[in-house]
Amino acid sequence: MSRIASAFAQAKHTALIPYITVGYPTVETTLKVVPLFASTGCDIIELGIPFSDPLADGATIQQASYEALRHGVTPRVCFEVAQELRRRVKIPLMFMTYYNPVLKFGLEQFCSKCAAVGIDGLIIPDLPPEEGKELEQSTKRHGLDLVYLLSPASTEERIRLVTSRSSGFIYLVSLTGVTGARDKLPEELESFVARVRGRTEKPLCVGFGISTPEQARRVARVADGVIVGSRIIQLLDKDKSLKNACSFIKCLREALL
Amino acid sequence: MRRNKQLPDAQGYFGQFGGRFVPETLIPALDELETAYEKAKRDPSFWAEFDFLSHDYSGRPTPLYFAERLTRHCGGAQIFLKREDLLHTGAHKINNALGQGLLARRMKKRRIIAETGAGQHGVAAATICAKLGLDCVVYMGEEDMQRQALNVFRMKLLGAELRPVSSGTKTLKDAINEAIRDWVTNVKNTYYLLGSAVGPHPYPVMVRDFQSVIGKEAREQILAQCGRLPDYIIACVGGGSNSIGIFHPFVNDKNVKFIGVEAAGKGIRTGKHAATLAAGTVGVLHGAKSYVLQDDAGQILGTHSIAAGLDYPGVGPEHSYYKSIGRATYVAVNDKEALKAFQLLCQTEGIIPALEPAHAISYAAKMAGSLDKEQIIVVNLSGHGDKDMDIVVKALGVTL
Repeated sequence: MSRIASAFAQAKHTALIPYITVGYPTVETTLKVVPLFASTGCDIIELGIPFSDPLADGATIQQASYEALRHGVTPRVCFEVAQELRRRVKIPLMFMTYYNPVLKFGLEQFCSKCAAVGIDGLIIPDLPPEEGKELEQSTKRHGLDLVYLLSPASTEERIRLVTSRSSGFIYLVSLTGVTGARDKLPEELESFVARVRGRTEKPLCVGFGISTPEQARRVARVADGVIVGSRIIQLLDKDKSLKNACSFIKCLREALL
Repeated sequence: MRRNKQLPDAQGYFGQFGGRFVPETLIPALDELETAYEKAKRDPSFWAEFDFLSHDYSGRPTPLYFAERLTRHCGGAQIFLKREDLLHTGAHKINNALGQGLLARRMKKRRIIAETGAGQHGVAAATICAKLGLDCVVYMGEEDMQRQALNVFRMKLLGAELRPVSSGTKTLKDAINEAIRDWVTNVKNTYYLLGSAVGPHPYPVMVRDFQSVIGKEAREQILAQCGRLPDYIIACVGGGSNSIGIFHPFVNDKNVKFIGVEAAGKGIRTGKHAATLAAGTVGVLHGAKSYVLQDDAGQILGTHSIAAGLDYPGVGPEHSYYKSIGRATYVAVNDKEALKAFQLLCQTEGIIPALEPAHAISYAAKMAGSLDKEQIIVVNLSGHGDKDMDIVVKALGVTL
């Protein structure tokens, strides 16, 4: 069983999965905040490898990505950061990035390097299963999970395809849109999750737009995991003590118990 | 004919190029678009309306004009110009905007979004939306808005809402990112009218089909005027819509050589250029696998060209395919050479070209001199230069 699968199998509560952009605002922040999050009860951590053209991301993560790129955060730097973090935390670590940096690195080399530094899986929002066959060969060879995404716009046929091909968990995009904190989540969220639930035994994690403990609690009633990104990035901004981000994580954790 | 007719394949690939690298939310929308386009393509009434409006509204067919004085000046091959600059709105972009506008109306999508670089596609989209009574939102990089202020005003006059894009390089690449983000968000009621032969399947094939009217006409015209096919077809390549439009109908005429001219900007060695096929590597940008300009870490690079319409770090997948099989040759012409060709065409033919096709003119003029007088070159004069007056004034250091 992969580290991600066993994280869900052992979990007594809904998994809490924060996203942070590697190197935002600094690499030191990333190295500090991930162990803090792990000790605050996060179950999996998504590490974003910044990309110049993040078309699935809203303004917050776009900004964080540009900032990180300006500081020279390349995939190689992200591998070093991941390796260091793997020494400090036991929970699963995943990379979230776009397809081009992975393709440029070389699919096989990228996956082999992920396995070597202790990364457990990949989330690539611009890679639907139709285009993922080549990468899947490498992720499988190196024991990595490759998580595919579903959206409220997905048809039954696509739900079948994604649930059969996604490994680790299935990433349900809560809304039709890009990442970013929202005041409100769509009303159809529960029925969307139920639609997918009927098709698979795999864990279902919901992300995009979730920015308050109340929203997280609502999602937790139906999902196996809650993914929070942009709100955390906002809290990391200009707060060297990391207090705000950590107390937010604590609130989320309590909301999901 | 047969082999090329089958491309792209069912997954939208031209060889190893193309595909659909987009967020899941857009896949059902692309499926819907593909189904609607396939249906329209088989419907004679769709093409009847396209042809009628191309004729009465856009001003087709455009002439294939023998540039006699330019030919004499170059002292070699005969140069013919396909006069897309004479079309309504001043460039070939109207062909695609019309086709996709009609398709959007059939799909009952009333909200149209578009991206624009030079502003030519934005103007064409705004024009067609006004004509068909559709709402139009245009995304444009802030830098492009400054250098193409007149087109910004045109779009507003035509009733479009302009949304400045301040992310990334503030040019066409980022305008496309922003348009895709809008589409992901408003996918139910919105039609994305993409302006070049790039993006996820079916855009590259659809844009090619609508732009192929250029090559189909040119083929008939050159046969009627010269009794034979040309030796060379030369067109500028940014995303590659005007070039694929004139190339494609000749793709099985093996003796007709294709030359795509990219923007070398300040010189390929300076890194300030947009010569994606000449200097790029294979990658994924804006939903398709194709050549891109990227660094070692797979980050997309900023570009430079005096012609905003060529200022793009990607290129249509069918061009990448043509390059890979050797069907077309891709070369690059720099800002200075383009500017010289711009003036040359003004002075020899009384035609003011857009800075984009001025790149093609430059290469054609250079090449013509080395060919004999029996040879024929067709250049796609894809747009008119009125939009570029400010830039040319500045580049020539003139005070008005």
